[in-house]
Amino acid sequence: MRAVTEDDEGEGGRGARAARRRRVGAGPAACVPGRLRREFRKENRMVRIRFVLTLLVAGLIGIAGLAFAQDVTLRALFMQQAAYSDSDVRSMTADFEQQHPGIKVDVEFVSYEALHNKIITAAAAGGGGYDVVHFDVIWPAEFAQNDVLVDITGKLPQDMIDQVVPGAWTTVMYDGRYYGIPWILDTKYLFYNKAMLEKAGIAAPPTTWQELLDQAKTIKDAGIVDYPIVWSWGQAEAIICDYTTLLSAFGGSFFENGQPMFNQGGGLEALQYMKQSLDEGLSNPASTESLEEDVRRIFSSGQAAFALNWTYMYNLANDPAESQVAGQVEVVPAPGDGTHSQVSAVNGSMGLGVTTGSTHPDQAYQYIEYLTSRAVQEKYAKLSLPIWKASYDDPAVAQGQESLIAAAKQSLGVMYPRPLLIQYPQFSTWLQTDIHRALLDQATPKDALDNTANQVIQRNLD
Amino acid sequence: MRVWSAARRASVAWLLLLPALAVVGGVVGYPFFRTLYLGFFRAPLLGKTRVFVGLANYLEAFARPEFRAAVVHTLHFTVLSIGLELILGVAVALFLNRAFVGQRFLRALLILPLALPTVVNAVMWRWIYNPEYGALNALLTQLHILPAYRSWLGAPGIAMNMIVVADVWKNFTLVALLVLAALQTIPVELHDAARVDGAGGVQRFRYITLPGIRPALLVALVLRTVEALKVFDIIYVMTRGGPASSTKTLSFLVYEEAFSFLQLGSAAAYAFLTVALILVFVAVYIRLLQSRGVAG
Repeated sequence: MRAVTEDDEGEGGRGARAARRRRVGAGPAACVPGRLRREFRKENRMVRIRFVLTLLVAGLIGIAGLAFAQDVTLRALFMQQAAYSDSDVRSMTADFEQQHPGIKVDVEFVSYEALHNKIITAAAAGGGGYDVVHFDVIWPAEFAQNDVLVDITGKLPQDMIDQVVPGAWTTVMYDGRYYGIPWILDTKYLFYNKAMLEKAGIAAPPTTWQELLDQAKTIKDAGIVDYPIVWSWGQAEAIICDYTTLLSAFGGSFFENGQPMFNQGGGLEALQYMKQSLDEGLSNPASTESLEEDVRRIFSSGQAAFALNWTYMYNLANDPAESQVAGQVEVVPAPGDGTHSQVSAVNGSMGLGVTTGSTHPDQAYQYIEYLTSRAVQEKYAKLSLPIWKASYDDPAVAQGQESLIAAAKQSLGVMYPRPLLIQYPQFSTWLQTDIHRALLDQATPKDALDNTANQVIQRNLD
Repeated sequence: MRVWSAARRASVAWLLLLPALAVVGGVVGYPFFRTLYLGFFRAPLLGKTRVFVGLANYLEAFARPEFRAAVVHTLHFTVLSIGLELILGVAVALFLNRAFVGQRFLRALLILPLALPTVVNAVMWRWIYNPEYGALNALLTQLHILPAYRSWLGAPGIAMNMIVVADVWKNFTLVALLVLAALQTIPVELHDAARVDGAGGVQRFRYITLPGIRPALLVALVLRTVEALKVFDIIYVMTRGGPASSTKTLSFLVYEEAFSFLQLGSAAAYAFLTVALILVFVAVYIRLLQSRGVAG
């Protein structure tokens, strides 16, 4: 509509200029010969014709504008990531727009570290925010409680619920209700450098966490690499993912009946294990400032034999353009401790949801339904594994990444959740800080975890 | 007639000032009082319920270990970075005040770090400090100062100091530029006369240079202190408050409390305590400025 008014003004301006010319000329025109007078009349007619034409054009643009106004423009917020890259999401979106005429989607990307706060501030600002947001498994409690996401339980057909890997739904659920559709089904796997293991005379990758340390020691002693293991232990959510994997492996739990349990048993052993691996020089000390991408770079440049990371690293670390160790990278499920568990995993999945502030919730739902559909997910299966059960037996999906699919079949079944708390960000920040204090020799693992547990009790965290 | 026109002139003045007052009131006054007001409530960012709690947010702030730690980190950052910036800034200004070939070029170069956005500076220094392929590790190991590559931003005792270095590199140039401008107003004759009287370099610096640049130094000091006490962006980019929360400053805590934990009320209280801290520093500086003024 704005375009129409501007056009109108433009034409009007020209018309007014012509009228001024006419008035200026009108005085002398009274005493000039008839030929000239006729000329003026002709100009007058021209002005009138131009005016009518202007009206016509303006009207046409107006009609076109009305037709255009029926188009719906959605705003979608995504995490900037290496699995589905910005351009992958843009091309999925372009396909969606082509199949759904009348719906346009503006996509925006932010880093994982900024995603939560961006969703929250947009929601707090009220209208005009995002229609679709990409959210992490740890936020549904907070988002449901604060009315950020639309409850889509009634919209999901039962056969769709049945066809998706069961663990995937926990990503988007709170209190038995569905707040979105899982999109990136992900957990952390143990990656290893086959060539380095062979060089150290190790026949098979570790099957327990203790064996990982033993093998790392063999590799270190053989002088193959200074620090055989690298982790994403920077002060961020990433360290909680690694800690959760270990906690589940050692048979621990975060809370039981609302009481903190991570400061004893498996939770404590997990932290002691982390510290031991650093103290013995088996884990890279740079881990305490690394995020997932740092882990990938260190592993891909051949400076580590083992790394714990998400699915996306498999194909990137085997890509010669991205990695100096392409072709040497293998993947297995993260091991267990041998008594409590055989393999271990953390639920690191993410979902897509419709915001309560959306003015086009139906179109927004269509969009997330499309992005999570089996066809789209299988098309991009080299980047991120699908949420659909049937995809895992599809040879086209497995082709070229057989060992990843084999690992996924085991890991996805044992994905352990991080605690479902409304004030999860607060809990996570305390735990990150205290785990760091233990790793960096400022407190013993027991004291550090006790400190988080006490804060949870004192501040009465929901 | 005159009386009337004076009153009229005043009303015209107010009329003309009104837009400016409205803008200042809107963008400074309203947020200021709104924050003050929110500080007395338990106000969730997304909830509609707001509970009046009086001074509870302020009292809780002092009781919380993370707040007390943030005050210490903020003071650590401020004192260290301001100290280094003043020393480096004055030294570089004295050097550039001499006549030598390339002096103009070097003076122009001073602008460069100032022109860099803080975020770009932070990313650049993150690369320099990178534990695996950073320039600092390469330099120090090749000079045999360090036996092996190490982590700089992952060690709690060191991370804050490394951030200070990155910040000083960017901001000492402001001090240098201000001091250089002041140095050029000191007459050469004063130095000549002092030299004739047998004054040494240290004495001339103490009795001629220092009094000459004192006003400029105080301006730089106030500007940089206020900025340093509010430090946020360089920390957000370089460490996000880690390791072990050893680089969490007050502004970072305010940000976290408001947008990660959704507690607008306590975030507002933290913000006001930060302002109070800044006011303490500013009051001391003003006192310094006034006493010097009387002495002079």
